[in-house]
Parts: sequence; C-alpha cells; structure tokens
Amino acid sequence: MSDHALQGVRAAAHEPSRRSWIGAAWRQFRLERRMFWRNPTAAFFGFLLPLLLLAMFGGVFAGEQEQLDVVVPGIAGMSVMAATFVALAYNVTFLRERGILKRLRGTPLPSSAYLAGIAANAIANTVLQVAVVIVAGRLFFGVPWPGDWLALLVFLAAGVVCFASLGVGLSHAIPNSESAPAYVNAVFLPMIMLAGVFYDDEDAPAVLRDLAETLPLKHLIDGLSGAMVHGEGIADHAVALAALGLWAAAGIVLAVRGFSWEARRS
Amino acid sequence: MTSTAAIEVEGLRKAYDGREAVRGIDFRVQRGEVFGLLGPNGAGKTTTVEILEGYRTRSAGAVSVLGHDPQRRSAELRERVGIVLQSCGTYPHLSVRETVAHWASLYAAPRDVDEVVALAGLGEAADRRARTLSGGQQRRLDLALALVGDPELVFLDEPTVGFDPAARRAAWETVRSLRELGKTVLLTTHYLDEAQALADRVAIIKDGSILAEGPPGELAAGAPRYRVAYRGGEHVTDDPTALLHELTADALARGERLEELSVTRPSLEDVYLELTE
Repeated sequence: MSDHALQGVRAAAHEPSRRSWIGAAWRQFRLERRMFWRNPTAAFFGFLLPLLLLAMFGGVFAGEQEQLDVVVPGIAGMSVMAATFVALAYNVTFLRERGILKRLRGTPLPSSAYLAGIAANAIANTVLQVAVVIVAGRLFFGVPWPGDWLALLVFLAAGVVCFASLGVGLSHAIPNSESAPAYVNAVFLPMIMLAGVFYDDEDAPAVLRDLAETLPLKHLIDGLSGAMVHGEGIADHAVALAALGLWAAAGIVLAVRGFSWEARRS
Repeated sequence: MTSTAAIEVEGLRKAYDGREAVRGIDFRVQRGEVFGLLGPNGAGKTTTVEILEGYRTRSAGAVSVLGHDPQRRSAELRERVGIVLQSCGTYPHLSVRETVAHWASLYAAPRDVDEVVALAGLGEAADRRARTLSGGQQRRLDLALALVGDPELVFLDEPTVGFDPAARRAAWETVRSLRELGKTVLLTTHYLDEAQALADRVAIIKDGSILAEGPPGELAAGAPRYRVAYRGGEHVTDDPTALLHELTADALARGERLEELSVTRPSLEDVYLELTE
C-alpha cells in the first residue's frame, strides 16, 4: 500500500454514453445474468425445477392429451411466478439484509436504472422458461404452437408485472434471509396447488375454486391456456386480464410503499 | 455557509421516535483534513455520519457536504464521495476484481480497477469469489469499493473493528496515504489510539453532543492532570514539579529509590475518560 501505488494513472475517461441511464441498467442486467448462473440455488429453483416438473407430469400424463393441455400452460404460469415472485422475494430480502442495496445507494447509480436492471433479469428468466415450456410442449406433449401470440405476450407481461411487484412487496414483510423460504413457500405452494397447475381445476371442490378465483395465478394460467392451447385471444379472457391488473396495481403499491434500501435496525 | 470547508455542520439534530440521538452539534472539516468523531458506542457517531452520507434526513440544523445538502442525494455529490459502511456485504458470487470493476462502472471517472485492488492489498485474492474472503479481506474490499470512484471525501465508519493488529496498521497506512493525496477523511471510531494516530482533529461525542474538539495533542494538553508513577504508587497532579520535589525529597530522606519513576503527560485517553465517564 505505498503512496506510489495510490498515485497511478487514472482510468481513461469514459465516453458519455457509458454514464447514460440505459448503460447503467444494461450493465446491472448483465451482472445479474452472470450471478444468476453462478448461484446454484437460484439456477435450480428459477430454471431447472419447473422443467423437471414438466418432464415428470408430462410422463405421468403421457397419452392423456386433455391432462397435458392443462399441465403445460399450468407449468408455464408457475414458471412466471417462480422467475419473478419467488426470485425477487428472495433476492430483495438478501440484498437488503446483506447491505448491498445500501452500498449501491451510496454510489451515483440511479435507483431507477438499478431496479430496471433487476427487473430485466426477472423478465429474461421468464421468457427463457416459458419458451422452453412451449417448445417442450410442442415437441413432446402434443400441445400445438400457441394460437394467439399477442394474447400470450399480453398475459406474460401482465403476469410479470403482477408477480414481480408482489414478490418485492412480500420481501418487505420478511424479517431476514433465514426466514425467506418459509414466507415465500407459504404463499407460493398453496397458490400453485389452488390454481390448478397440475390438474384441471374444474375437478376441484367449489370452495377451492372460489378461493383460486380471488388469487392472481389462476387468471394468468387461464389466459396462457387460452393463448397456448385453445387459440383464444385477449377478449375471451378479459376478466382474467382485469383480475391480473388489479393484483398488479395492489402489488405495485405494496412494493413501492414498503421499499427500504436498508436492513431494519435491530 | 461557504464552501471552503469540505463539511460544515451547524445545530444538527436527529430524533428517532421522540428520542434524540443527535442533540445540536456543530463542526467543520477542512478540505484535506482527517477528522475523527470519537465516542463510545451509541454516542450518535453513526447517525451523524449517515446524515452526512445522505442515508438519513435530519430533524433540524444545517449541513453542507462539498457544498451540497446531502439529503437531496444529488448524483454529482455521490460522484465525489466514497463511503465505507459498517457491516455491509457484497455480491457473494462475484470475484474481487469483478466487484471492483462493476463499482468502477458506476462512476464517471473511476480509478484503474487493478490498481485499486492492489492498493487495498487484495492483489492475491483478485480472482477469488467474495464469499470465500476472510473478514479482514472483506473489509479491504469495502475500502476498495469506496476508493474506486476516486472520491474527494471519504467516510470511514469504524473502519478497523474486528481487525487484527497487522491489518489495523495496514488500514492506518491507507488512511495516511489518503491524506497525503489531499483527500478529506471523516472517520468515526471508538478506539482512542486510532483517533490519536490518524486524526488531525477530533471531536469527542457522547449522548448526541460534542464534549470537546481539537487536535488530539492539544486536547490532551488542555487536560489538567499529569500522572506520576513509580513502583508501589501512583499520583495524579496538576503540578508535577512540586509533587516530584516532595516525592523525591521523602525518598532521599528515607534513603530509598523510587523504582521505575515516570511522569506521563495527559493523553487523549485521560481527556476522553474524564469527559465520557
């Protein structure tokens, strides 16, 4: 640690574009991608698990096209929730408790560019997983290519906004990283069971169906199922889209109002 | 307020839920100075520094940091300030070099990444993932991240807590080299020797108020007590000349020697203990 070492050359001046908002968000996004693949837990739960479930249920229901037509869009919906809700609830809790958010807050990085970078990472994981589910559905499970791409994109976008904001909102209620799995699974597991990811919810008791109607995941799966399997458009699932929109609005309010860059003071 | 000082604080107050953590403090830090906020845990040091860093809003008073009001959180100010926080982590799955490089990319005119890694004493560990670093290496990464933006002003909040003596000396050397480069440093510490060794000026803070302020040497000189010690006795006095005369006369009269006789000028520690206890 000599003085000489301190007086070395400065890095060459950066061109102005390096400092742009888009540049900052893009660099954050690339960093998040790199870290995602290096973190075995994130890569497993955020990428592999939905695909393993697809393979498993696809095997169980092999030859029963009616069931496969339910499971493939169901797992697509679950993937959206895993890549956004689950991932962000864990990550924001971890980053806040570790003090990484606070540290970034002390730099010139614009907060909005940072949040855009982590949102883009969640979107990338969603697109990747849903694409794999669609391709596997076509190749192995007799599900046709999506009949209405526009409806698919609209429902995916609504699902991402809804579940990403709910995930960030939930992170505010999680006291520390150790308890994050308990909080996240307490929401995620009942939701995927109720929403009919693995079975046709028409077969479920009325009380469970009514409960599922009040939650967002069923509406996402209805929309995806329409677009992927039945060639139905946005108009056919306008109520589902409206329900997702309401949940998204609630999620955004929760995510923004409770947001903290710092761990709670003990 | 003028902008000749790096930091100016006037009548600063901060209350949490009705409890006042900072109760009206004033101080100025000149550019190029190492200023120490010294006080016991819970004295209000971290609250004060976090207000200056822009993490907290103040309840009352005026604050200027490099001519900016920190609670406006302007990007221009953050370009010019480096912060070492207490107990803040980094991304566990990035290497040291990747972490420093990412932080460098957040600033308009960063220092060279490898040079900062070497400066922080992490040259050997540059390719290791952050989660495998020892506690001391992690703190050195903290310092690297605070310096990579080439700041004019560096905040160091308890920078050597948990360091072994060698790492502590190395951190001190780094702070001294920052001063030689003309950086302004605001340091909080509850270690007296650290304040005495590093700070040009010190403010002693307790229960949210500043009790004394000045260069460590002068603060100590202002204390009235000299300590006269020998084997079997110790005295504290305002007038060591008279006391020594008395002690040595008695000893000579008895035909004894005062073994290990010493006269100690008041240290910062004496001042500190007198003020804070």
